[in-house]
Amino acid sequence: MNRTLTGLVTAAVSGVLFGFGLSVARMTDPNKIWNFLDFAAIPNGGWDPSLIFVMVGGILVGLVGMRLDRILRLKQPIAAPAFIKTTRTKVDAQLVTGAAIFGIGWGLSGFCPGPSIADLGLVPQDVWLFVVAMFGGSWIAGQFLDSSAARHPTTTANAPAQ
Amino acid sequence: MQNFAPLSATIGGLLIGLSATILWVFNGRTAGISNIAGGIYPIQRGDELWRFVFLIALPIGAWLGFQFAPSIFADVPKTLPQITLTPVWLVATGLIVGVGTRVGRGCTSGHGICGLSRLSVRSFVAVAIFMATAIIAVFITRHVV
Repeated sequence: MNRTLTGLVTAAVSGVLFGFGLSVARMTDPNKIWNFLDFAAIPNGGWDPSLIFVMVGGILVGLVGMRLDRILRLKQPIAAPAFIKTTRTKVDAQLVTGAAIFGIGWGLSGFCPGPSIADLGLVPQDVWLFVVAMFGGSWIAGQFLDSSAARHPTTTANAPAQ
Repeated sequence: MQNFAPLSATIGGLLIGLSATILWVFNGRTAGISNIAGGIYPIQRGDELWRFVFLIALPIGAWLGFQFAPSIFADVPKTLPQITLTPVWLVATGLIVGVGTRVGRGCTSGHGICGLSRLSVRSFVAVAIFMATAIIAVFITRHVV
């Protein structure tokens, strides 16, 4: 199997696993997200901390997984020419503003990008408007950001040190 | 605590971490959904195909999880998510999420899982901020308005 095909197969496997994991954790349900974000419900026992466990589970694997390139001393990915990650290191105004805006939308809808797209497989009739608008919002914002940075938000870099 | 499901939540998280690991080691890409989705247009970069494949596989995986997870884990309900948002609200919040993740260059997966795994300062800041504004938004809609 050639590398391009291998890369598409691994992208498919990764996507299926991601969606499966979201369903297992029930992150596909906006009510579950609201019940986590509702900190005012902590005193009366209505809070659902499940989302923290999802993040901890993901990060436990990721702490090793996202370092495997260095642990295994891989010069390039198994099915692609280069490891691609952002070269941005500074906390800037865009990061802060964007994260603040995203959080508002996440809280108001109970949807972040992954679960909303995952829900196209469960309740497409209920979620498609959100997904279309999300793509639109991303595209519009991309037009206002520095064009070269917007089109190349990540820069090829398999830097030895990061 | 309401519907608290620590076992299935942790295992779901481990699967998401495994997904991110595979995408990184094989494809050299970060499993940030907003970035994967945002990169499919304009169609000129020559690396759209894997993005489409991933984005189509994602709901398929969610459907498989919906079919099989409840019989594997006792704490996963076998009911579809109940979406109660009006069309106007869906469009408005979708736009906000799209703009915010583009400007902030990441979402709950890119910053929240991958970035924190890399111990990225930018991601720690982003997660703290979007958690805070989301908590405030939910407080206002559930307890104030």
